Amino acid sequence: MASSSGTARVTGPVARVRRQLPTSPWLFAAPGLLVVGVFILYPFVSTLVNAFTDRRTLIPGEFVGLANFRELLHDEMFWIGLRNSTLYVLGVVPALVLLPLLLALLVQKNIPGIAFFRSAFYTPVVASIVVVGLIWVWLLDERGLVNSLLEAIGVGRVGFLSDQWLLLLSAMAVTVWKGLGYYMIIYLAALANVPRELHEAASVDGAGAVRRFFTVTVPAVRSTMVLVGALSSVAAFKVFSEVYLMAGPDGGPAGEDTTLVMLVQRTGTGLTGRVGYASAISVVVFVVTVALMLLVLRADRKEDA
Amino acid sequence: MSVAEKVRESPAVVDTQRRPKRVTDEHGRRIRVWELALRYLLLLAVLALTVGPFLWQLSTSLKGPTEDIFSSPPKFLPSDPTLHNYERVAETVPVWDYALNSLKVATANVVTNCVGAALAGYALARLRYRGRKVATLVFILAMLVPVESIIIAQFTTMRDLGLNNTLIGVLLPACIASMNVLLMRNAFLNLPYEIEEAAFVDGANAWQRFLRIAVPSVKGTLAVVAIFAFMGAWDDFLWPLIVLSDPDKFTLTIGLNYLHGTFANDERLAAAGTIIAVAPLIALFACLQRYFFRGVGEGAVKG
Repeated sequence: MASSSGTARVTGPVARVRRQLPTSPWLFAAPGLLVVGVFILYPFVSTLVNAFTDRRTLIPGEFVGLANFRELLHDEMFWIGLRNSTLYVLGVVPALVLLPLLLALLVQKNIPGIAFFRSAFYTPVVASIVVVGLIWVWLLDERGLVNSLLEAIGVGRVGFLSDQWLLLLSAMAVTVWKGLGYYMIIYLAALANVPRELHEAASVDGAGAVRRFFTVTVPAVRSTMVLVGALSSVAAFKVFSEVYLMAGPDGGPAGEDTTLVMLVQRTGTGLTGRVGYASAISVVVFVVTVALMLLVLRADRKEDA
Repeated sequence: MSVAEKVRESPAVVDTQRRPKRVTDEHGRRIRVWELALRYLLLLAVLALTVGPFLWQLSTSLKGPTEDIFSSPPKFLPSDPTLHNYERVAETVPVWDYALNSLKVATANVVTNCVGAALAGYALARLRYRGRKVATLVFILAMLVPVESIIIAQFTTMRDLGLNNTLIGVLLPACIASMNVLLMRNAFLNLPYEIEEAAFVDGANAWQRFLRIAVPSVKGTLAVVAIFAFMGAWDDFLWPLIVLSDPDKFTLTIGLNYLHGTFANDERLAAAGTIIAVAPLIALFACLQRYFFRGVGEGAVKG
């Protein structure tokens, strides 16, 4: 019934308005409101409610108060997930705030062939995370390209995907690698608005490239850095695919590389899924995400004062 | 191409001392030779890092069954390129059916997002009615909800509707994304109102004004919405992973994950599969770059 939702709901209002019936703006907004209501807002409310029940996939469940949240406190896997997702933010965000800015400075000048480089640097953004994940699983394989190169230069082979911490670090590197081009474009737009006079004045005053970077460029694009920080920290805390693909569905042996969203997916799906408990974890994900966003934005305002 | 360009450009740069043609920056200032050389060196290094992995994957997918893919030092080019792995991956998993499923979902996602977001965006930007501010707020709030935190409830909702394990179920939650609605709203708000007013005076109703005047003026934003809707659906992983359980219905990303999990030992197969998944998007990107870049700017400002 909802199968042809998109088109069916649109032709309805269209036909009616054409027949000069009284125009209702709600008909224009209806398809969008319906989709957002049923598939975003209702599930959001439903998550909040389910978090206080023991609902399972096939069992409606009953109100259990704070039992799910009390269980979280004693669930080792939850703490592992929270630790890994937090580490992910700490590892990924500084790199994604700084490296794309340096990259943007590198591709900013209109030298011959620069358009090609800009596009090429954006390619990882276009690829699916699954493609990216599998490419790096193969590159970082025990017998893959990176290890071949390391062996060729005499370093020896490294178990990127077998050690718990190296794997998490590798996943972070993949996230940074895939995000570079995206944030580079954001920074390019910001850099275009930095007045050239500032650089010249600093140059005349004898400031070198590094000095000018910190005294001219960084202050000029600071609000963009905050934006990138907010966007990347929210995305990093919700990390799922990279770690799922590199460590496997169970987050490696003993699940040591599980992230919070992986835990949500593992706990809440399938025929025996614990919907109530997974919802409680989801609420934590939501609260931390919002807190991260507010934290980054507040840091911005403090610097203003 | 870039290497060729560099080789071609470098001597020209050295010659700038004598010739009037000089390499200059965006302000018309000349760039020193050593600085330019350093820039190209860095650019090539980053190029190797960003595009290299894709090329390595392509190379692996073209290597025959007898060629050693684990050699150290590595061999970057296949000694005897073959499409054999692409035939084999199709024999192992129905990769073309998966691609077709992805194409169906992505195409439908483009249509629903363009139509739905344009209609709703127009209602928010142009039509006067009670509750318009509330409707705008609804879309803003919906945009702020992280999908990952409601994904289990989306799954149970889909079960209740009897649509889990269907491609419709994959499509629906993002088929009219709030961000696209707000992008379209902003695009309509930026149009001068006078033309539509004139049409209104001439007796055009809201639908006629929308279709004949407003929509043709926001084609650029519509293109951005279309491209990101296609890319979003084609690349999506977590939601289809949760909602699909029947291998017949798999989209390409889920199929690749399945291939990886089941036949993890055969790197050539996985490589061929990933190339099949990524090639269409790289082609799309090569043709429509400026819309991709525009989308980043507009999306970031909104997000």
